[in-house]
Amino acid sequence: MSDGAEIVIRGGVVVDAGGERTADVRVRDGLVVEVGSGLRGGRELDASGCFVAPGLVDLHVHLREPGDEEAETIDTGARAAARGGFTAVVAMPNTDPPLDDAAVVAAVLARGAGSTCDVVSSACITKGRAGVELAPMGELYGLGVRLFTDDGNCVADAGVMRRALEYARSLPGAVVAQHAEDPALARGGHMHEGAWSSRLGIPGRPAAAEDLIVTRDIELAALTGAAVHFLHVSSARAVDMVREAKARGLPVSAEAAPHHFTLTHAACAGFDPLFKVHPPLRTRADVDAIKVGLADGTIDAIATDHAPHTPEAKERTFEEAPPGMLGLETALALTLTELVEPGVLTLADALALLSWRPAALAGIAHRHGGPVAAGRPANLCVIDPAATWEVDPGRLASRARNTPYGGRKLTGRVRHTVLWGEPVVVDTEAQR
Amino acid sequence: MKHLLSIDDLGRDGIEEMLSLAENFVEVTRRDIPKVPALRGKTVVSLFYEDSTRTRLSFETAAKRLSADTMSFTVASSSVKKGESLRDTVQTIEAMGVDAMVVRHSSAGAPHRVASWTDASVVNAGDGRHEHPTQALLDLLTLRTHRGPALDGLHVGIVGDVRHSRVAHSDVKAFHALGADITLVGPPTLMPESLEGWPARVVYDLDDVIGNLDVVYLLRIQLERQSEALFPSLREYTARYALTAARAKRLRPDALVMAPGPINRGVEIAAEVADGPASVITEQVANGVAVRMAVLWSLLGSGGSIV
Amino acid sequence: MPAQFDAARTSRDDPASDRVGTGGALVLRTRVLDADDVRRALIRIAHEVVERNHGPDDVVLVGLYTRGPAIARRLAGAIEQFEGVAVPVGALDVAFYRDDIGLRRIQPLGPTQIPVDITGKVVVLVDDVLYTGRTARSALDALTELGRPRAVQFAVLVDRGHRELPIRADFVGKNLPTAESEDVRVQLSEIDGGVDGIELWGPDTGMPGSDARSGGSGGSGR
Repeated sequence: MSDGAEIVIRGGVVVDAGGERTADVRVRDGLVVEVGSGLRGGRELDASGCFVAPGLVDLHVHLREPGDEEAETIDTGARAAARGGFTAVVAMPNTDPPLDDAAVVAAVLARGAGSTCDVVSSACITKGRAGVELAPMGELYGLGVRLFTDDGNCVADAGVMRRALEYARSLPGAVVAQHAEDPALARGGHMHEGAWSSRLGIPGRPAAAEDLIVTRDIELAALTGAAVHFLHVSSARAVDMVREAKARGLPVSAEAAPHHFTLTHAACAGFDPLFKVHPPLRTRADVDAIKVGLADGTIDAIATDHAPHTPEAKERTFEEAPPGMLGLETALALTLTELVEPGVLTLADALALLSWRPAALAGIAHRHGGPVAAGRPANLCVIDPAATWEVDPGRLASRARNTPYGGRKLTGRVRHTVLWGEPVVVDTEAQR
Repeated sequence: MKHLLSIDDLGRDGIEEMLSLAENFVEVTRRDIPKVPALRGKTVVSLFYEDSTRTRLSFETAAKRLSADTMSFTVASSSVKKGESLRDTVQTIEAMGVDAMVVRHSSAGAPHRVASWTDASVVNAGDGRHEHPTQALLDLLTLRTHRGPALDGLHVGIVGDVRHSRVAHSDVKAFHALGADITLVGPPTLMPESLEGWPARVVYDLDDVIGNLDVVYLLRIQLERQSEALFPSLREYTARYALTAARAKRLRPDALVMAPGPINRGVEIAAEVADGPASVITEQVANGVAVRMAVLWSLLGSGGSIV
Repeated sequence: MPAQFDAARTSRDDPASDRVGTGGALVLRTRVLDADDVRRALIRIAHEVVERNHGPDDVVLVGLYTRGPAIARRLAGAIEQFEGVAVPVGALDVAFYRDDIGLRRIQPLGPTQIPVDITGKVVVLVDDVLYTGRTARSALDALTELGRPRAVQFAVLVDRGHRELPIRADFVGKNLPTAESEDVRVQLSEIDGGVDGIELWGPDTGMPGSDARSGGSGGSGR
């Protein structure tokens, strides 16, 4: 991409898995060609006061295409991702039709090609996400799929989950990712079951629904030897169990969403479905446990679970509205404001969770996640850690508006995003 | 006060003021011409997303006795077209020019949502498992006529399916606000999952407390709960938690029996107890109109006095 | 003047509604009637009521809140003393019949209680102060829904003028010319505590002799 055009990112501090150093970065023909001081020439992007980091990677994004293009399209979702500093996102398969078929996956990949963010496709574990018959995992793997999930639905049948894990062992690098909520306990619930659900009269989804599946699937990982990834862990007990499983040496990984380390179930008190999400916002103790899990390495990635919905879909009652909230354009700032600034994480830890560790899990470490070095793909983001801004739902690049953070003041913002050498975001504005 | 969405909107002073006001309307409802011109020119629409002819008629009667115009918008949930959001419906109705919307919905918080989209006053006529504030007010009005204005130290037992009951939610808040001690009685499967913040204690055996109660409030048992494995059978429920004639004999001589109606005779309460001297169940129904007149007057006519 | 004189006031004719009055502090101008004057005025009205109606037999006294019911009870007591007949006494709240609903804060001031069927009777409405006439109009509407009296008459302790409707009193304790900026304050022992009395308050003109105490927020007769 960007054939021939040269850009120089000047005056920043380069940070990647190798550490920090003050350096300029020269980019040409989609690659980093030089990292050094005093570089000039081509188009210059000002990075003074900023960190120049590998582009962020989001393991968990709902782009809604095909099927619900009123809420988001691959194009608008990619633009939101770029503004959030992401250079790669993994598209979730709960589209209509679902991504359980090679033709649909191929179509999504084709639509994603050339957008302002690399779109990596996941695919279903089971046909129609129904939890009964396996999707053609091998064929989908052949299209480049590495992450298999029925997200939105839990693979509830332990026998089916066992077979999926066993089968995945024949697909090197494949990860079976679970939406861990036992439907027998969570069905009919709309928020965390606890003091607030009882008080508000909203049927609850107990943390035990998550904990049961996490403990079960850890045992299935032990039984099969296959890698299990837990999507959006939200309960303190689930974090503990993942930590124990890793100590046992099991091939287990986990991600956490920004809303699960920034919001509690008390946010539902006004009955506003902007705060409805599955798994639900939980207690302060759960939020604290997620933070500990992020800090001690138990949790491998911060993933947004970016879930756009039309205004009409959220203009219903809490119980009737669909779950999900936007995440791409606020994830980095929330991480910096809520985790780095208070000292829960170092900046390098935060970027590890947002970039190189998820890149490795998604099987795209050769393209994304750094390091920032000559010869590597020029997928970069430039972060101004001191910029303060207020989240304005009306000014998001996403087609949807369902952020729960409207009006919130955040510190830290993506100034520029470079995708394969092309500046797709300059001075916080998407370039196309 | 702009809306009545929850008993929390009133507090003790607001509840007491509302009950005093309701007593004025009790007098009005007993007249030969039980009607005052207080809300002439105002329009009250009942927006019912759940069948409840009794509550709807009670509100509409209250509005008519205040000389308001009434409209009724009843939506069987099956007939709501997919794609028309609650907000669309509310704004369509508002465009007709209404002053108050009385909202009944099977989802908690629906009246709160409606209130965020309209300039009209909103009255919660029952939202999911959340609240039913006018029921609590009429329960208090009934209790007051027998026990005087303060309920300090009065021991109220609320028996049955507390978990799924909006009436229980509002009653616990309202009775507590006026000083009553509250005991919730029923099987654990029908108690709230969390009691944090509930000013009540829980007892699983009705026979342990039946002799100590000043008021026994029997919640209606929804017959479908049996199929959700919340209790083994109606027969077992009745044996353990119904106010049978035998249990009623153990009540204090001055104890009152209340129920939100409609009651399942022979299930949560024996027919002879429901019709017996301790029962004030029919008074509750009669007080419903006066309480709803007080609420509509407070929101639309009084110039915003209460709270 | 007892402290509770001001504190005890509840306003039916709220200062902000009927007339644009003074915004500033009021001072006492004159004490118009003292306790004995009030007593004598009520006895005279009681006699006039009986005389006008050729005896007390069909008379029902209906007081308008806040002070009307108390005055009606006193009139009934006087009639019983000289006629030996207990005239029925009722109380009427007109809040729901007012013509300024929605324009200001209005709450019922007490329960409407009419102890007899008023159809065919002579209802004497009783109030402390007659001013704009709007309360009396509301009372006529309210009465209509309670029955059909043979006649309705109106008794007031003070008529201060400034009518806005074609309404007059049949029985008046004291005609008191006032300015709209002034306030007529009625004190009855059983409602307000202290001793009976009627005072005229007005804006502080700085004239010598005017009482420097500041007034409350308007009484029922303003």
